[in-house]
Amino acid sequence: MVGRLLRSMGRAVLDWLGALGHATLFLLEALRQAFLPPYRFRRLLEEIHFIGWKSGLIILLTAAFTGMVLGLQGYYTLRKYGSESALGSAVALSLIRELGPVLTALMVSGRAGSAITAKIGIMRISEQLDALESMAVNPVQYVVTPKLVAGLICVPLLTAIFDVVGILGGYVVGVWLLGVGSGVYFSGISQSVVALDVNGGVVKSLVFGLTVITVSCYKGYFTPRGAEGVSRATTEAVVSSAVLVLAWDYVLTSFFM
Amino acid sequence: MIQIIDLACSLNGQVVLDGIHLTVPRGQITVIIGKSGAGKSVLLKHVLGLMRPDRGQILVDGVDLTRARGRRLQEIRRRFGVLFQGGALFDSLTVFDNVAFPLREKTDLAEEEIGERVRYRLSQVRLGQEVEEKYPDELSGGMKKRVALARALIQEPEIVLFDEPVAGLDPPMTNTIFHLIARTHQENQYTGLVVSHDIPAVFQVAHFVAMLHRGRIIAWGAPAEIQNHEDAAVQSFLRGEVNFLAD
Amino acid sequence: MSRANVELGVGVFVLAGIACLVYLAVHLGKMEVFGSGYRLTADFHNISGLKTGAAVEMAGVEVGRVERIQVTPSHQARVVLRLNPEVRLSDDTIASIRTKGIIGDKFVKLSPGSSEKTITPGGKIRDTEPAVEWEELLSKFLHGKV
Repeated sequence: MVGRLLRSMGRAVLDWLGALGHATLFLLEALRQAFLPPYRFRRLLEEIHFIGWKSGLIILLTAAFTGMVLGLQGYYTLRKYGSESALGSAVALSLIRELGPVLTALMVSGRAGSAITAKIGIMRISEQLDALESMAVNPVQYVVTPKLVAGLICVPLLTAIFDVVGILGGYVVGVWLLGVGSGVYFSGISQSVVALDVNGGVVKSLVFGLTVITVSCYKGYFTPRGAEGVSRATTEAVVSSAVLVLAWDYVLTSFFM
Repeated sequence: MIQIIDLACSLNGQVVLDGIHLTVPRGQITVIIGKSGAGKSVLLKHVLGLMRPDRGQILVDGVDLTRARGRRLQEIRRRFGVLFQGGALFDSLTVFDNVAFPLREKTDLAEEEIGERVRYRLSQVRLGQEVEEKYPDELSGGMKKRVALARALIQEPEIVLFDEPVAGLDPPMTNTIFHLIARTHQENQYTGLVVSHDIPAVFQVAHFVAMLHRGRIIAWGAPAEIQNHEDAAVQSFLRGEVNFLAD
Repeated sequence: MSRANVELGVGVFVLAGIACLVYLAVHLGKMEVFGSGYRLTADFHNISGLKTGAAVEMAGVEVGRVERIQVTPSHQARVVLRLNPEVRLSDDTIASIRTKGIIGDKFVKLSPGSSEKTITPGGKIRDTEPAVEWEELLSKFLHGKV
């Protein structure tokens, strides 16, 4: 009984490690293909449009509300210690170090990542990937690599937009509604934010972007047969992306702070 | 000419192909028939180099495809055209772009020349200019198959593979597709390998028929020979009998 | 979807993203785009938790930032300061480490002297005062040594 339980746990861990290694090899192959001709700028443009531009609205919305909530929460917490003047720095640091990269990655995973998994999954079960291969076109290079490169470009830019919009959201609540001085808000930000914070945020967003897009493509590319396979792969992609992003966040935070 | 020698493959511990021997003569159409699940599609995937066998060889004009990799495999694949089961048209591209895709990827032809060739192939499968700007999901099943056939033929392949070309089509459309296969074959003289369980309609395009049963070729010959074959399994398949004991 | 729409969307998105990134990096992160300003070093006995990026102030005005912190072979803390180019320091300037409020951030305070000579870029501030350790001060007070 105990033996069987241990064995099934062992198998689960081994399966998981195997999938992790498999996905890493998949990522490396996709990155290698980025350096081999033909270079598909047109495909890259389409993917930036899909992952970046089309995520713009949802990023603006989540960023504005996140910043506003931070402004509200921060204000009432800081007021207890009589340091409302630190509101700007509290909002900006939370956003730049943590919330910007993490929430952007989660939103991209929910909006673009799930669609990527479903799209590639359908290409798999309707044999479009086989068709590419039969035409001597590398399906990883044609389908996966542009998405990956687009993710590496888009996620840091979306994160930067998230940070700036969030800071403005905090400004709206803190300065317009709660009466913190406008100059106090911004000088608090520029006094506390240092280059390491911004760089750390950029590194995080690069890693998260790579993680989300890799997981989404991988789950789609190896979709099991059937329509149910696609729906399961999509769910798994979003869940795995979220867990991996949060785990990476811990690792990177302990590395940078 | 394609020679399949002692090809064997098992999936998830189950033997799917169990020592296939088959010769597909040049310029002729060979049809592989058999029950669904008999391993026909798996056999076709091996011929395309999408799956690797456990043992055996597939020789395309003497070159072993199962051991070819990278550039050499690509060279062999370039001589192939494939009509996939559901058409496998790219959802994000229009009909025109789908048919033009192999030319744009693999040749340096001018856009004008590409347009001419695409229109010729579309007219060959009886499709007019009005479908060019449509997307695959706006097409009926039969139209998808015809567009896919045009795409399979666009590079003037020496060998064309057909995976269940009429699965899911109504009888008139089935006849249309087989008619188009026969006609394009007459015009282009390719070597054809068709996988289908659609008898007897498929006999109208076949020069040779091979019957796949339990991972082996149990009968091979001209359509007339197969129809009069004495093997019990062949006869029961041709008559569409349900044989619970055999499964 | 037409080609022009894709290109327009991508263009707008990339421009907006880069603008935000530049704002964060240059304006907030004080990334030195053209390497403006000059460096000075100062050795302290004890910097007590001063961080890179901390402010350097003169008469309460921020005039630079702490760029790097190292330990010298003689077990002192060497702090590299990057100062705004217009700031000139006399060679008897005193650098001290102070705290904003009781639990606030540490910063470097510069108190100019009266000498005519200025410290050249890359030079060193000779006179330094270590950080005031509140715990030490408190224990001295409690034990009646003050």
